Amino acid sequence: MTGTVITVTSGKGGVGKTTAVANIAVALASDGKKVVCIDGDIGLRNLDVIMGLENRIVYDIVDIVEGRCRTRQAMIRDKRLPELFLIPAAQTRDKNAVSPSDMVRLCDELRAEVDWILIDSPAGIERGFRNSVAPADKVLIVTNPEMSAVRDADRVIGLLEAEEKPAPSLIINRLNPNMVRRGDMLSVDDVYDLLRIDVIGIVPEDENVIVASNRGTPLAMDGKSKAGQAFRNIARRLNGEQVPFIDLESSSLWDRLTKLAGRK
Amino acid sequence: MNFFERLTGKKSARSAKERLQLVLIHDRTDLTPAALDALKDDLIAAISRHVEIDPATVQIEIAHEGRQQRLIADIPLRITGRRRVN
Repeated sequence: MTGTVITVTSGKGGVGKTTAVANIAVALASDGKKVVCIDGDIGLRNLDVIMGLENRIVYDIVDIVEGRCRTRQAMIRDKRLPELFLIPAAQTRDKNAVSPSDMVRLCDELRAEVDWILIDSPAGIERGFRNSVAPADKVLIVTNPEMSAVRDADRVIGLLEAEEKPAPSLIINRLNPNMVRRGDMLSVDDVYDLLRIDVIGIVPEDENVIVASNRGTPLAMDGKSKAGQAFRNIARRLNGEQVPFIDLESSSLWDRLTKLAGRK
Repeated sequence: MNFFERLTGKKSARSAKERLQLVLIHDRTDLTPAALDALKDDLIAAISRHVEIDPATVQIEIAHEGRQQRLIADIPLRITGRRRVN
């Protein structure tokens, strides 16, 4: 087995990186793939609670790196999806406890055992970010259709370009179709125009994301919500499938007509 | 822009996009508007040593193709030796 390492990062905090990692991981694992998520945010771990695995932590990533446990021992198996694992971050250490080369070594070891390794990068462009992108085969940038999130995404894309990493792909999260229709939110086209990287996912704003995090059950685990569906589509695209985007922006006939009438 | 927006003026998403376009150019190139003005002045001075130009007509801007930035200077040359016909 040769697993692929996917790092999810954003520059700005609070745009939905952890939610994206949890949901894409769940979607990939539901498909029968073996998936390990790594929380790269040492000192501020969160992926454990979003995945509902917080009560089962014994060892964490710093324990692996410092040799206090074997890698297998720190991999928490999700009982709902037996092919899904989490390696939690340490909560009481600082981000310098792990180096980029530690991450590369850990991922090389995991690659032999799993199909996908998903790394949840911390916000910012410092050590935790560098740790998270060091082993990446592919980087996904999460942004929101909003000034500071787009600006920070651009900065991160620039840093990855400077390091000659493969071109990242974009997840536009928390798109509010009504606001886009009113002209009060950047559209997918606007964000693409500004950042000019391949868009791999468009996720609508969805109250169910909060409900899911309250319960520790990622949305992608059960069926109906649009955001859950959007995350499952991202997982399918990562698997090489061609999946059309859900049309979120022009849902009503009236809207499409007015748009047509206004086309230059 | 649809026809409602034309009636009601500029929408906030449009302002956001225009503002971001400028911010991103400066973030990517490290060129502030002031630095760009200084560059323009230097360029005018250098070119004026060789040919006659009208500084007021010089335009300088940053264009982009994909994520590549390109500095574009448009410098009309003044017609010398005879009067311009307007």
